[in-house]
Amino acid sequence: MDKGVTRRLWKDRVATLLVTILALVPLIPLALILLQLAVKGITSLNLQFLTSLPHPPGEEGGGVLNAIVGTAVLLALASALAVPTGILAGIYLSEYRDRTLPHAVRMAADLLQGTPSIVIGILAYAWVVRPMHHFSALAGGVALAIIMLPVIVRTTEEVLVLVPRDLRESALALGVPSWRMILKVVLPTGMVGVTTGVLLSIARVAGETAPLLFTAFGNPFLSLKPTEPIDALPLVIFNYATSPYADWWRQAWAASLVLIVLVILLNVAARLLARRMKGE
Amino acid sequence: MESTILKTEGLKAYYGETKVLRGIDIDIPRNRVTAVMGPSGCGKTTLIRCFNRMHEMVPGARIEGKIRLEGRDITSMKLIQVRRMVGMVFQKPNPFPTMSIYDNVLAGYRLSGVKLRKEEAQRIVEESLKKAALWEEVKDALHRRGTFLSGGQQQRLCIARALAVNPRLLLMDEPTSALDPKAAHRVEELISRLKETVTVVVVTHNVAQAGRVADYTAFLYLGELIEFGPTSQLFTAPQDPRTEEYLTGKFG
Repeated sequence: MDKGVTRRLWKDRVATLLVTILALVPLIPLALILLQLAVKGITSLNLQFLTSLPHPPGEEGGGVLNAIVGTAVLLALASALAVPTGILAGIYLSEYRDRTLPHAVRMAADLLQGTPSIVIGILAYAWVVRPMHHFSALAGGVALAIIMLPVIVRTTEEVLVLVPRDLRESALALGVPSWRMILKVVLPTGMVGVTTGVLLSIARVAGETAPLLFTAFGNPFLSLKPTEPIDALPLVIFNYATSPYADWWRQAWAASLVLIVLVILLNVAARLLARRMKGE
Repeated sequence: MESTILKTEGLKAYYGETKVLRGIDIDIPRNRVTAVMGPSGCGKTTLIRCFNRMHEMVPGARIEGKIRLEGRDITSMKLIQVRRMVGMVFQKPNPFPTMSIYDNVLAGYRLSGVKLRKEEAQRIVEESLKKAALWEEVKDALHRRGTFLSGGQQQRLCIARALAVNPRLLLMDEPTSALDPKAAHRVEELISRLKETVTVVVVTHNVAQAGRVADYTAFLYLGELIEFGPTSQLFTAPQDPRTEEYLTGKFG
């Protein structure tokens, strides 16, 4: 074979190898995190840990039921606020692409997405905690909702823009009013993608700690009330890890494991949905 | 002289500053198939999109002149009323992907929030699919998604969907250009039969197709109506040299 060709083939092989190795690099931290969490957390992780309330400091045992329920309540509150708002805003952006206001909204959403979560926490403190005079699940939900909002707005917009113009026009040509066309044709056609965006946004905020510190605050007792302080898995991890008790450190590892499994499950669900969308 | 269902007077259409139609006067005869042919960019699609006021959907688009549907100025009619009377079939078959065949046919009612009794819905679905020559092929699969059908079947489903709301006028924008020759042939056969119940205006850049399906043919060139008349006359004895050149394939 020609010498030049042989050289090029070798170059190709080296480059391919290099790219493959570099592609594996992002997997390393993830693998290490999962390994570490599994090793440290699995010993304290059992049914009792998931189903019982914390014991007083210094006393062995106890669980994080309050934090698991709390995280669920916070995510539900945040979703109730952010999902309808975000989807409606996303519809607006996709339907009226070229006006001034949509451009402004789009930029605002992108800026909001880059805002540090602790700043959003302070905002929720000023808006909700101060007027109510105490910490509450609602304040935490508002903080998380603000973080979710831009993610939902932008994914909804991106998905709905992909719905063919033809489909919109054929609904309009049947004499269907625009708003019904959007709700009954455009939104259902993009529903899988919108749901994927919502799941990803929930996964994004499930692990947020900073904005909850001075909004939801934490609560060692089981609470479902939006007006009361509430616990959350990231708060438990933060409080336990910074405590002086060895048993709480172990529990912090276990809680981390629970949290990351939850986040992974949400991500996997989003992926599966996205794949179904492509399949159709 | 034939009775007229739709009449334009000095119709001009613009996209922003661009003038796409330069004053069209045409009388569309009732219960006939009228073909609008011409080279790409001549304004054929824009013309029929004016008839159901889809043209004005595009930002910056507007019209001048009059369009009378059954004698009434369509700009003074309710938008929804115009679209009910004037159905449209698009170039690419586009059944609603989230709906079954059954729901696709009823889309004009369902999407507008019209409630139908079960027997009535059933009757509309069967009649519309029969009119669109699709009933025999899908009667056992009505609750499957419309997107499972072949391209030609999907296009006939779209025709059924448009017919289900009983339009007076059916606009078709190159309805066979995305189909294989056999499926295209079936749609053409269907078009010739549809005129018993509805007036058809079909846009085509295929001269032979106009010759096969249309009773009347309009030849559009650079936004002007060059010639309009019975297809046989226009094809055998064109009045304008440009029509003859187009028909003989000298341009377009």
